Formats: sequence, C-alpha cells, structure tokens
Amino acid sequence: MQAPDVKAIEVTDLTVAYRETPVLWDIDLDVPPGVLLAIVGPNGAGKTTLIKAILGLVRPAAGNVLIYNKPYALQRKIVGYVPQRGSVDWDFPTNVLDVVMMGRYGALGWIRRPGKQDREMAMHALEKVGMEKYTTRQISQLSGGQQQRVFLARALVQDATIYLMDEPFQGVDATTERAIISLLQELRENGKTVVVVHHDLQTVTDYFDWVTLLNIRRIASGPVDETFTSDNLRETYGGRIAFMKNR
Amino acid sequence: MDNLYFLTRFDYTLIIVSIGAALLGTVSGALGTYAVLRRQSLLGDAISHAALPGIAIAFLLTGSKTPLILVLGAAVAGWLGTLIILSIVRLTRIKYDSALGLVLSTFFGFGLVLLTFIQRSGNANQAGLDDFIFGQAATILKRDVLTIGILGGVALIIMVIFWKELKLLIFDEGFAASIGLPTRSLDILLTSLLVIAIVLGLQAVGAVLMSAMLVAPAVAARQWTDRLNLMVTLAACFGAFAGVSGTIISSSATGIPTGPTIILCATVAVGFSIAFAPNRGLLWNSIKQRRNRRNLKIATNKFVGATAAENQIKENDTRTS
Repeated sequence: MQAPDVKAIEVTDLTVAYRETPVLWDIDLDVPPGVLLAIVGPNGAGKTTLIKAILGLVRPAAGNVLIYNKPYALQRKIVGYVPQRGSVDWDFPTNVLDVVMMGRYGALGWIRRPGKQDREMAMHALEKVGMEKYTTRQISQLSGGQQQRVFLARALVQDATIYLMDEPFQGVDATTERAIISLLQELRENGKTVVVVHHDLQTVTDYFDWVTLLNIRRIASGPVDETFTSDNLRETYGGRIAFMKNR
Repeated sequence: MDNLYFLTRFDYTLIIVSIGAALLGTVSGALGTYAVLRRQSLLGDAISHAALPGIAIAFLLTGSKTPLILVLGAAVAGWLGTLIILSIVRLTRIKYDSALGLVLSTFFGFGLVLLTFIQRSGNANQAGLDDFIFGQAATILKRDVLTIGILGGVALIIMVIFWKELKLLIFDEGFAASIGLPTRSLDILLTSLLVIAIVLGLQAVGAVLMSAMLVAPAVAARQWTDRLNLMVTLAACFGAFAGVSGTIISSSATGIPTGPTIILCATVAVGFSIAFAPNRGLLWNSIKQRRNRRNLKIATNKFVGATAAENQIKENDTRTS
C-alpha cells in the first residue's frame, strides 16, 4: 500500500486562458494513485484543456502541476496519453501497427528506430484491444471504434503508470465501449491511475470510482458515491440537468 | 527531326542541366511530401515568392551572381517571410490564409521593385537575375549542380535522420509534445528544410511556380501508396521525372520557358495518378462502384429467391404437420 499522502497527479491553483477568456480558473485537483477517474462537465468546461495542461501542452497563466511530486517534464515516461480521435488526420499514409509503434518513440529517444521488441509490444497491445487482425490495415479504412482502439493500444505500449484519455468513448458503439471500459478497469486493477474525459453522465457510477466535476472551476472532486450528487451536478451544469432527477 | 537532333549527341550542357533539374526535383518532391501532409502547401508558395527580394538584395550588397550567395539571400528572405506569417497569426487575429496572402504579395512586389531598380541601374552584371521569376534551367552550370547536390543532399539526410520524429510531428503533434519532442524546434527544422528545397529550385523553376514542385509530386505519389516512406520515394521520383522531362522539352526549342514546362510535366504526373492509380484513382473508383452495385443486385436477387424458397418449404412443413 502507498502512503495516503502520495498523489499521482497534483494540480494547484491552475488557471489557463485563451486570450482574455479564462478556460480554467484556479483549479485544485488531487488524484490518488490507482483510481479510475472521470472528468465530467458541460461543453466548454475546459476538460480537454485540463488534460492538456497536465501534459504541459498548453501553458498555464498560473498554477502548478506535479506528477508523483515532480514536474511533468521529469515524469513523461510514466504518463500515457490518448488524444481525441478527431485531433489527427486519419488519411495519413500509415498503417495500424505503425501508429501503435509511435507509443514507443518516447522510450526510444532520438534517431533510434523501433526494433523487434517494440514490434512485439505493439502486437501485444493490439491483441489487448482486439485489433491484432488489423496490423497492416491502412488507418483511413478503420471505423471510429477501431481508430479509438488503435489510440488506446498506442498508449498501452507507452507502459505508463498514469493514463490521461480525452474522450475515449467518443463515437464508439456499445460493444467497443464495454471492451474499452473493462480494459481501463484492468489497468486500475494493476495499480495504474486512469483519468478519462467523459461525456455520458448515465454511466459515471457504473464505470468509475472517482469523479471530478468541472465547469471552468472545479466544482467537486472525490469518490463517485460522495461526489456525484445531484447538488453538485446542478452546480456544474446549471439548470440544464433536469433530466437527471429521476436517477 | 531537327529538334530531336540534340538528344543523339549527348549535349554536355543538357546533361548538366538535366542532372541539376533531376536533383532539385528529387529534393523538392521528397520534402514537399511533408508540406502536403501537413496541409501547408501554400506555405511553400509564400516562401518562394518571399525569396525574390532576398535574391535582389544579395546581389545589390555583393554585386555577385554566385549561386551560393543568391541562394543564401533567398533563404534568409524566405525564412523571414515565414517568420512574419507565423508572428501575424500568433499576435493578431488575422487568419493563416490572409497572413500568407499578405506576406506573399508584399514580398514578391518588393522583389519586383528591386529587380526593376537593378535593371535600370545599368549594372552590366545584372543580366539573368530576372530569370528567378519564371526560372531558366539553361543557366544551370556545373557549380550550380554542385550547390544543389550538396545542400539538397544535406536536407535529405536530415530528413532521414529525424524520420520518426518528423512523422509523429505531422501525424499527431499533441502526442509528439506529450512524449517530450520539441515540436516547436522540429517545426522550425521542417520549415528550414522546405526553405532549402525551395531556394534550390528558384533558378530553374522560378519564384512564381516553385511551390508546384513541392505540391504536385507529393499529390501524385499519395495516389499510389499508403505508406509514408514509399510516398516520399515516389514523390522524389516524380519530381526528378518532371525536372528532367521539363528541361529536355524546353531546351528542344527556343522560346519554351523551363519552369512552366517542368511544372506542366509534374501536372501530367498528377493528372495520370488521379485518374489511373489503383484504390484512390477515379477510374478504379468508378469500376469498383459499378462492381459493388452489380454484386449487390445479384445478392438481393439471391436473397429474394432464397426467402421465396424458404417460404415454400415452410408452407409445405405446416401442411404436412
């Protein structure tokens, strides 16, 4: 067991602004190790920006991010990232195995090419997500769910301790969604910390054990059964959450 | 037949010029692939136009037409143009395409003014400078080929060394940054390689049309393959083909400008590829579509037939029971 004060991710006073408009305002967030956490909030709440700020992809106006008590730049190798599926051009001339292998680039360092061992890791990851039959498939010929699983496999070969995923369920069918969530739960069982930007409020309690409610500010964060309350949801979504009442 | 006579006697000048054109076609084809995949085709256009005043200023300062000096001037100006475009996008609310147009026309206009000024100044050495507008491959000398070969070779070697980093940068910049690749520096590196490819081609192809040498071979190559390494190789081949064939055609008769001819040859490659390439080509698509429609029709007929038969069997079953 890890000491209770160890934090996988520790965000303090984080503010991010695009031009004058704040996208994230004074965010404090502690993520304990070994949880499966959903970041939930309305459109424009800053969910993606929060992930990107943790990864150092956007420069915050103020605040600090620590991964296991060290800045992200020192901890890159223990963090895996799944960007939004729509953030890349899927007509890029490459195949499934090659994309998954990109997950090894960080460990490989400059100039060195991926070798046999990297290929084996990639194949193993593809088996995990059930895509082993598609290794040589051109990526433009994948369905949305398959694209998502390729991105997941790429993160798996990063062999990380913390995973940050931006809407991994976006545009996937029910079967794929179930396959993905059992994979994420397996990661958690192995002691990994998994942070997921999530949109579907109905499934939060089933899928996750920890939740962060976000709308520019952090509304609440903690275990799902304590935090995922109708009061907190109303505060996050304003009046637009009436349909949740009957839950 | 008179026009083809030169082909039989292995004209020394023609060989030199062809080698030069092939080299620059190879370099711009290979590096243009990255510009096309990055959706920065028009950046090449801006760089090549922006390079023109650099050539004029380099000549004004040194009074020399040594290719290396002119290329250096072109490179600095092209670079400056790119820098201004990126700064405009970052610091103001002007969009990327407007910034491109703005810089392209301003630099090119400035270049034309300087060239006119040089022509009027009565400097005896200035003849041929205006070839940089539309290109004149016939002016390529042995030393130019050497310059193109060395600089282009260096650019290609750098491309190969940083192969996987550049690939990841283009495919998924966010992921590249997350694993610690310095995406800004890689971006600068890639743009620098483009600048090199462009300024090397200015003499033969000219500022106005040079960007087509980046775009056309890559677009043609994309039609034939789904792999990046093959695409880069094919684009290099298409570029070399366009360079050599354009040079030979234009030198077969007087009054045919080289640059536009090279570009037309590249366009032929593009047209052919778009029409006839397997999988992505228009012809292939229409054949596939027709075949699908026919198969579907057959399948539906079978299905309808099968269900009819099934119903018949069921009917019989119910009767017997």
